[in-house]
Amino acid sequence: MSLLEIDRMTHYFGGLRAVHNYDLDINPGQIRGLIGPNGAGKTTIFNLITGIYQPTEGKIFLEGSELNGRSPHEIASMGIGRTFQNMLLWRHMTVLEHVKMARYSKLSYGLIGAFFGTARRHREEAESEEKAYYLLKRMGVDQFADQIVINLPYGAQRRVEMARALSMEPKILFLDEPTAGMNPEELVQMMEIIRNIHKDLHLAIFLIEHRMKVVMELCERIQTLVFGEVIAEGTPEEIQNNPKVIDAYLGKETVE
Amino acid sequence: MEATSEKLSNITRLSKISIRTFVSQVPLLGWLLGALIAVALEHFVGTPFARTLGLPKALSLFGFLIILKKPFLIPSAVAYVLLIYILPIGIVARSSASIMNKLVGKLLDFPMIFSVIIHLGLLYAVVHWWSDMSLYRNDVARFMLIAVMVTLSLNIINGYMGEFSCSHPGFLALGAYSASVFTVLLFVDDRIFGLAWLPKTIGPFFFPIALIIGGLVAAVGALAVAIPSFRTRGDYLAIISLAFMFIVKSLIENLEVVGGPRGLSSQPNWASLPVVFMCTVLAVWIINNFVRSTFGKALNAVRDNEMAADAMTVNTRRTKMTAFLFGAFWAGVAGALYAHVVRYVNPGDFDIKKLAEVLAMVYFGGLNSVYGAIVGACGISLLGEALRPLALYKWIIIPLLLILVMIYRPTGLIAFKEFDVKKLIQPKKVSP
Repeated sequence: MSLLEIDRMTHYFGGLRAVHNYDLDINPGQIRGLIGPNGAGKTTIFNLITGIYQPTEGKIFLEGSELNGRSPHEIASMGIGRTFQNMLLWRHMTVLEHVKMARYSKLSYGLIGAFFGTARRHREEAESEEKAYYLLKRMGVDQFADQIVINLPYGAQRRVEMARALSMEPKILFLDEPTAGMNPEELVQMMEIIRNIHKDLHLAIFLIEHRMKVVMELCERIQTLVFGEVIAEGTPEEIQNNPKVIDAYLGKETVE
Repeated sequence: MEATSEKLSNITRLSKISIRTFVSQVPLLGWLLGALIAVALEHFVGTPFARTLGLPKALSLFGFLIILKKPFLIPSAVAYVLLIYILPIGIVARSSASIMNKLVGKLLDFPMIFSVIIHLGLLYAVVHWWSDMSLYRNDVARFMLIAVMVTLSLNIINGYMGEFSCSHPGFLALGAYSASVFTVLLFVDDRIFGLAWLPKTIGPFFFPIALIIGGLVAAVGALAVAIPSFRTRGDYLAIISLAFMFIVKSLIENLEVVGGPRGLSSQPNWASLPVVFMCTVLAVWIINNFVRSTFGKALNAVRDNEMAADAMTVNTRRTKMTAFLFGAFWAGVAGALYAHVVRYVNPGDFDIKKLAEVLAMVYFGGLNSVYGAIVGACGISLLGEALRPLALYKWIIIPLLLILVMIYRPTGLIAFKEFDVKKLIQPKKVSP
């Protein structure tokens, strides 16, 4: 059974058709890419799946259960983790608090535990902290654990955001331009991290990216979106050689 | 010339450093012991000592009142404060520092609750002896403790959650009136409600129930604000909560059953200093537990970026609702305590002036911090009392001070600092 399935999803912002008849079918453990020029509707698709917008038409299923009409936090708890294009971090919170926060739905001590500091709360918080430290170490940012997140260098902030998304133990991870604004060195490191988490956690990943190098190296299948419509879908080679994609997005000089 | 100024700056720098090391080496227990000795000193020799200095009696509030009334007594007042409070505290704290550090270290071998109780006991002893000197001091101490509770409860909403709520006087009023009705109806022979239903002797055992009723009624009131305003973010809460405050006030004014604009009096005097102290400690403990849990931290996440909080599985709507009702609950409890301290409430107590006072405490002390709430509440209520002789000018000086704080420390004196009891009571490192 496919992990995430989208059937003919369409979305209008007022009279503007942002996404049209979008289909998707991701299997467990797959890395999929979504490319397209600015304003093509890539992030809108992420926001539609994660419940920030409700699609005008079409159905979305995660492991067979419908996501339409659910609130973002429900969808997230069902197993969709994500990062944001412009890194939505919480500016007054420490790195450790970020990663622990994403385990919100995993905690069961409730308000009684929160008010009176029960043994169960201490146990669950300690466990949560241990897992958070493990993820931070894995991302190579554990030395920043107690720092306020906005004091970190840019690349480290990106990793914290990724650790936060992984901390909710998702079944599929949505990455919205994970390498935006990175220098070549950071870029290589980030690709390595994505490759590693995919391999070790056997996590399905859905990636929006502008850098061809990243998408072409990481993804098994790629969709190209232009004006809200998928104009091509296939393996990296097929996409690279597809005349429509070259015309609309890649440009002639990229393909030699 | 240059040499002297350099020398002078050197001296100030050195004294700054030595004060810092001096302060940093004394554990909390040492300070409490110093304060206890100072208060005991005042208790036994305060009045005769004040007379020798030419003061009419022992200073009731660290000399602030007398300085403003009779400026020529300033030197005596300063001498009094220096010799009764500052020097004894400093000497005792410094000389006992090493012993106290060892003692505190030993205490931590036992469960932490043990040393917490010792610290609280000592703190209570200080407050008790200090307020034992006069009825006025007793009132000031109780109002200060209640102010801590109110400030903390508003800090949950305006600080931790980052919304702007103006309905706290309304919650205070709801708590004060509902608890008063409960106690007056059941235990007091009264003009409005007639004879008492139950014997007054068992009354004090029902006082906690009265407080909880006060809190719950305020929380129900909060629901009326929260349901319409938490659908969206932004200014809606400020406007709706302001409206709520006025609605509660005029509702009570027009409710003849509880005395209307004349107010409700003859509450039993169960809110004594130990009771208020215990309630405030309990409030600080529970609220601090809450804001340090992941559920409490979720408030910060919602404040800093709600979309991200939602995407990270945080149930934002439930988080906001819980925090708002929780804050209102403690405001209600504080209102109930207040009613039983003053033993007379009238709707005029809970107007926009009260709101200004509470907001001043929150923003002066510091957002998102339990320390800030304590400092803000104690600071503004002491200042309010100290400036009482200035009458109207009080309400010029306090806002001015607030403006200065906003300019130089926009989030308040001690903002965004965690209140970690463990760190607070542990022994201080002595630098070689």
